[in-house]
Amino acid sequence: MPCLCRNEENKEKDLGTNKQADAACLTLDRATIGDTLAVSRVEAPEQSPEWGRWLEEIGFVVGEPVRLMARAIPGGDPMVVRVGQSTFALRRVEAACISVKPIEAFAASSLDQVVLEAA
Amino acid sequence: MNEAVVHLYPSGPLMVLIGNPNCGKTALFNRLTGGRQKVANYAGVTVERKEGKFVTASGKTIRVLDLPGAYSLYPRSPDERITCDVLLGRAAGEKRPDLVVCVVDATNLRRNLRLVLAVKRHGLRCVVALNMSDLAAKRGIHLKPEALSAELGVPVVSTVAVQSNGIDSLLALLDGPEVWRAPLPPAGAGADAQASEQGEHMAVRRILQKLSLDDLVPHTPSDRIDHFVLHPVLGPVLLAVVLFLVFQAVFAWAEAPISWIEGAMAWVGGFVGGHLADGWVKSLIVDGIIAGVGGVLVFLPQILILFFFILVLEESGYLPRAAFLLDRLMGWVGLSGRSFIPMLSSFACAIPGIMAARTIGDPRDRLVTILIMPMMTCSARLPVYALLIGAFIPQREIGGMFQLQGLVLFVLYLAGIFGAVLVAWLLKCFTRAGRQVRPLMMELPSYHLPTARNIAIGLWQRAKVFVRRVGGIILISAMLIWFLSSYPVAPKDAEQSAIEYSFAGQMGKAMAVVFEPLGFNWQLSVALIPAMAAREAVVSSLGTVYSLSSDDEEASEKALSEHISASWSLATALSFLAWFVFAPHCLATLAAVKRETGGWTMPLIMAGYLLGLAYLAAFVTYRVALGFGLG
Repeated sequence: MPCLCRNEENKEKDLGTNKQADAACLTLDRATIGDTLAVSRVEAPEQSPEWGRWLEEIGFVVGEPVRLMARAIPGGDPMVVRVGQSTFALRRVEAACISVKPIEAFAASSLDQVVLEAA
Repeated sequence: MNEAVVHLYPSGPLMVLIGNPNCGKTALFNRLTGGRQKVANYAGVTVERKEGKFVTASGKTIRVLDLPGAYSLYPRSPDERITCDVLLGRAAGEKRPDLVVCVVDATNLRRNLRLVLAVKRHGLRCVVALNMSDLAAKRGIHLKPEALSAELGVPVVSTVAVQSNGIDSLLALLDGPEVWRAPLPPAGAGADAQASEQGEHMAVRRILQKLSLDDLVPHTPSDRIDHFVLHPVLGPVLLAVVLFLVFQAVFAWAEAPISWIEGAMAWVGGFVGGHLADGWVKSLIVDGIIAGVGGVLVFLPQILILFFFILVLEESGYLPRAAFLLDRLMGWVGLSGRSFIPMLSSFACAIPGIMAARTIGDPRDRLVTILIMPMMTCSARLPVYALLIGAFIPQREIGGMFQLQGLVLFVLYLAGIFGAVLVAWLLKCFTRAGRQVRPLMMELPSYHLPTARNIAIGLWQRAKVFVRRVGGIILISAMLIWFLSSYPVAPKDAEQSAIEYSFAGQMGKAMAVVFEPLGFNWQLSVALIPAMAAREAVVSSLGTVYSLSSDDEEASEKALSEHISASWSLATALSFLAWFVFAPHCLATLAAVKRETGGWTMPLIMAGYLLGLAYLAAFVTYRVALGFGLG
């Protein structure tokens, strides 16, 4: 699965998380089942740009805690994902749009900063 | 049940319910309005419109509209577009609501609150019903409505829609004049949607942090159930067991009510016939209308039982999991797991299945699902299968375990499924859209115990819609086919059965030329005409063609089976069975497809390809059977 992190695009969505995005590029489809992670970026594939909005609407927004719950057999597609307080079934290509990082990387300070910027 | 039509409702204030899917909005609507609901379609689109009314303690009558669930006001399906249009006052024939009740799932605030803010941004007066607050408390989410109200700037009440006194605080709020007269919030600038969206996202995060609700949810009972239900090995096994039990119940439990309905229709026919003078009026009413309507009503028990299980599975939260488990399997033929629920309904009758396809957001998936639906073996095919299998397939055990007759029936079911899979696969291969990856993004809601009240209301609505939709078309086609098979009247000294002289008989003889390569004789071809009204009419019309008049239906069926086993070859019988698996013999289904797709193109394509497939299957079956010396 190619890494989908691209810094030059979607700057307004980055919300100051560029550095972390560079450090490790893990997408949700390759996460370990049960790990608590945080969304670091949502990036839709070129041929279906509307996915970005849709994923954000159902809760995949930067900073949101996520966890891979289960994979279907055969092939690990689709997969069950917990985001915030809801559970979704996502195809692997959908999960690949969501970059994640360990939740610790999202220190409380960075969240506060995000909130302040928005305010 | 109040049967009032929509324009009879008093023009009281209009309130709409809006919320994310699975937020308990429909349960709240049921609780508010009780049975006083009217289900119809929105003008010009096939999106279900549910309106009801209720009276508050001080005697105020309020109209309520239950809008389709939506994640945002950026529509991605026809359902969501309607929600958006109604809120903005753009929907044809709909008044802009006086008050919006945002139903918010208290266990799932982040996503739900964004919708509230979006509604507020569009300058609508709104109230938040914090639903499932009991469930949230159980999960350790303790939320004060007042605190949330202070943050949002709109009234917030907590509700538990599954409990009878769970909506008292909402009713009290709606009774007072304040919420209806509150100043409209300023409408945000629509131009900068992107920025306001980001702002709303931040606002929600700020609210949640302030209320200290910003964590990932801990392990819930739902997760423990999911551990088994979504297990890679146990999950599919459980699904197979559940489906097997549902089908068992559909056939076992429906037997008694079906015989009651048949008995009642026969009695009504006899009673009415006894009070009418012989002539065309009697013939039209008894043979045309009563027999035609009865022919449809006998499917009601099976449909209701299947829908009962579907509703229970849906309410409990299992169906989305079933769709998840089957997603990959359906993906191979270019469909998604979402197509599973409509296809399940089609095993009772394709019409509710076609209507259930509305839940599929992707237009291409929805169309393909509708197109392959008629190949699922519906219950109308069973009497025909039963007649032919009884007449031609010997009662023999195979391998000491299986009945040969049962095995043939199973093969017929499989043939339908195989046909559907084949067509879906071909559509995947030969259309560009078929090869694109389409989104799934399907929510798996927490498990709930289904409530009897919601199941009963759902069942009642579906039964009503089915009888109304099917009733009209069946009535018209039953009358038309009665006319074709009764006129012109046979001469007094007729030697053959009356149907042979009628238009239907003449058409059948003309059609026999076309059907000759399939091994069908003209009697069979005649019987195919009434089958257009309802598939099982083949049995009764074969009876008419072979001029077997017997009052006792069972006896006549037995005589008929002896008759056809004497006059048809086994090859003809097998070819007829193959024809019946695929042939588009149901005008009501085609009418439903026309309604759902909004034109004649799709029903014509569907009828065309099904006819082709049926002809091919019957032809191959006949030739192969002849090759084996079964002619």
